[in-house]
Amino acid sequence: MTQPPSGSMPIRAEADIVMSRQQVRKLTQQLKFSLVDQTKMITAARELSRNTLVYGGSGDMRWETLTAGARVGLRLAFEDKGPGIADLELALTDGWTSGKGMGVGLSGSRRLVNEFDIQTAVGEGTCVTITRWK
Amino acid sequence: MERIPILQMGRSLLVTIQVDLQDQTALALQDDLADRIANTGANGVLIDISALEIVDSFIGRMLAGISGITRVLDATTVVVGMQPAVAITLVELGLSLEGVRTALNVERGMAMLRTAFEEDDVDAAS
Repeated sequence: MTQPPSGSMPIRAEADIVMSRQQVRKLTQQLKFSLVDQTKMITAARELSRNTLVYGGSGDMRWETLTAGARVGLRLAFEDKGPGIADLELALTDGWTSGKGMGVGLSGSRRLVNEFDIQTAVGEGTCVTITRWK
Repeated sequence: MERIPILQMGRSLLVTIQVDLQDQTALALQDDLADRIANTGANGVLIDISALEIVDSFIGRMLAGISGITRVLDATTVVVGMQPAVAITLVELGLSLEGVRTALNVERGMAMLRTAFEEDDVDAAS
């Protein structure tokens, strides 16, 4: 089944993390990503969707397939209206954790993708955008 | 809640993870394995993850946790069957699964457990 080039889905419960992972797999397969690239993108999406749920409370995943000349890519945004991140530099440090994880979620996801952007404001929420090109 | 079956074969417990693991299922597996080791006196745990398409930091932490718990309960855990793409991704993510014994496939994993049992038996006899 062909997936629309852009869309969004809620991340409100643990089952949504599984749904979002299946969606990302469909999208990366549709774009004919290599198996390793599929695995990297799905893993990054899983880390970030869990962050959205665990730290943001709930949120959404938006996706967009990209074309730039002959290149295709996939952009995913994970947005929540949670507490935000007070010290972004610290949160992006390998091994730093607020206590619930291993401290690789943000810093590790960044290594798995080509482009990584994070917007956050205390009390307003966080939006992490990742892009991987084929 | 879904629970992952644990099979016993001699002194070993066998677990095949085939479902898309939800966090609660992963935590339940940790508890179930600890109980089964305590009840059966098993000395080895073999976890087959060949069906897993991804291993994220949560599952990585679970595997490390199981290895640690079983070690304290006098059992050796071997994780087998990780797909190459998963291994590449896991290391890039920053997880090297320190303290977790791994083998390429079930056969080699079982051989690893047998060796561990023999070493244990020699230690016990001396």
